Amino acid sequence: MTRRQRVAENLNSALHHLLGAHPGTYLIGEDVADPYGGAFKVTRGLSDRFPDRVLSSPLSEGGIAGVGAGLALAGNRSVVEMMFSDFAALAFDPLLNFAAKSVSMYGRRVPMSMVVRCPTGGNRGYGPTHSQSLQKHFLGIPSLHLREVSPFHDNQRVLTAMLDREEPGVLFEDKVLYTRAMYQEGVVDDLFRYEALADPSETARVFAPDCGPPDWIVLAPGGLTERAVTALRSLLLEEEITCELLVPSQLYPFDSKALLPVLSRADRICVLEDSTADGTWGELLAQQLHEQLWSRLARPVLPLSAEPSIVPTAAHLEHDVLLQPSTIHRAIMEATK
Amino acid sequence: MNVTSASPAVDLRAVGAPEAGAVARPLSRLSDADLGTLLMIRHFELAVLELFSQGRLHGTTHTCLGQEYIPVALYPLLDDGDYVFSNHRGHGHYLARFHDPHGLLAEIMGRAGAVCHGVGGSQHIYRDRYLSTGVQGQSLPVAVGVGLHLKQAEPGRIAVVHIGDGTWGEGAVYEALNMAQLWQAPVLVVVEHNGIAQSTPTERQMSGTVAARAAAFGVGHLRIDSVDVTDVRAALAPVVEQVRDRHRPYVVECVTHRVGPHSKGDDTRAAEVRERAARHDWYRRYRQDHPAQFAAADQAQAQAVAAVVREVGARPASRWEAR
Repeated sequence: MTRRQRVAENLNSALHHLLGAHPGTYLIGEDVADPYGGAFKVTRGLSDRFPDRVLSSPLSEGGIAGVGAGLALAGNRSVVEMMFSDFAALAFDPLLNFAAKSVSMYGRRVPMSMVVRCPTGGNRGYGPTHSQSLQKHFLGIPSLHLREVSPFHDNQRVLTAMLDREEPGVLFEDKVLYTRAMYQEGVVDDLFRYEALADPSETARVFAPDCGPPDWIVLAPGGLTERAVTALRSLLLEEEITCELLVPSQLYPFDSKALLPVLSRADRICVLEDSTADGTWGELLAQQLHEQLWSRLARPVLPLSAEPSIVPTAAHLEHDVLLQPSTIHRAIMEATK
Repeated sequence: MNVTSASPAVDLRAVGAPEAGAVARPLSRLSDADLGTLLMIRHFELAVLELFSQGRLHGTTHTCLGQEYIPVALYPLLDDGDYVFSNHRGHGHYLARFHDPHGLLAEIMGRAGAVCHGVGGSQHIYRDRYLSTGVQGQSLPVAVGVGLHLKQAEPGRIAVVHIGDGTWGEGAVYEALNMAQLWQAPVLVVVEHNGIAQSTPTERQMSGTVAARAAAFGVGHLRIDSVDVTDVRAALAPVVEQVRDRHRPYVVECVTHRVGPHSKGDDTRAAEVRERAARHDWYRRYRQDHPAQFAAADQAQAQAVAAVVREVGARPASRWEAR
């Protein structure tokens, strides 16, 4: 069996495909050109192949988001890379007030095919300004959709869908995930299998075969997959608590109605995320699920997120702030009693 | 007229006299078409302020009184394939490009036939290749992106961006100028330097000069201190050609004067400052220099705009269907 493709390689080949298949596609970001190929090597080989359309930019996150929006306005497709998603704060105005708004504020639909890629999250020791999970700050903006990279979702399909939507989108890419392998052929590991559901968020369902209806459904964005699966394993083997994991590709808009047949199989639901608590994606999901499933739930949706803290640098401090498998295990175990 | 250039790429020209003399020198006689456009914009803006004072408009607006001549001078140098990015003070830009007071007033009043169905209002308008937005400086990086598209797909076409002196406070302007020059994007930045950012005089919000800012990026700069459409157009023509032919950005700084308030009745400038602006007003000067041509055209445009106000004011509310 050949070596499984790593997530960064999958993203890289997706970008190669996009730029090759659509001559109007541009990629702009800091240090994206060869031989460097981006801080996380996701853009390797692109500028050698497409020198006119892969632009290494100055340190101007707001500026390049605006340039990407201008290209989209003119009918091109643009992919704009933030070196770290933390810097997307500098691109908030062009995203919020121009790219997203332009889709509808001129009284007719203006197509804007643009994706902002955001290397996201901690557990790599990059410290408080290079480790955040800022998904929640981009929620609820009309015409701005959010996706997150996962080891289940092929990024050629993800990026193509985002650009075909003709609305700006933000793709969050967990930095730890870059080095991990893509899952394939329905296999996660010796215990768990996965399948693709047909809902609008393109959710992957992870389950232990032959376990019957689960005690819990755990919802998590792609970056938490590994930690969630680790918790699922220890909960099953040590506590005999069965959980299924749902990993949607699209975080927002999120249509939980389409997942009700799956969600209804358990009476306990947990939502994981790496952002700080309050005003989060998990709360949005919890609110939707309470509306739809209140009478069937054994308890309110269990929201698990990072500590209300900056992300510290030292490994032991960072570990304690971010959501870890042991935290997930303990919280679910206690909420099962 | 006083035209100076900091750019090695355009010939240095110094035409006319410095500021005091500029007022004394008679304005050149314009074609009836140019004069008509100038006066249409003037009467449109006066009508907008009047409608506000009558309580017939919702929200806010920013009129371009005193600055009408800039798009009137520039736009005959553009074609339909060129992009224009306007800003909050954009009625004159729209009217000079499309000669469509009905669509614009309907947009401002939220009536049927509004160019953006009343969703955008005074400062958010998109039609063909004309787009205005309300956040200062935001359109400059967007214009660089459009410029990259034009250079690659439609060489010879350009993106024009109107900004004010106050816009230079925004970092987006500098990021965009840097990228435009690095990537040789055909972007023409037209600075309408009216000496005041809302209520703050330029000297209290801008250190240094526009010329030195452009020079810092190696971007060509031309300063035009005239309200004479003929002179301004003549000064702009070689710059527009250069942006077209060489695919490179340029900054044109038009020294101008805001004759009216920033928005609606919020002019806190001292009387002598307002009088100085009024002395530079092309409207007052053209009336004095070409009284017969002016009187007929002024009356015609006043009547035409009054008819637009009556007609549009009687229309039903606009509908937003394509959400």
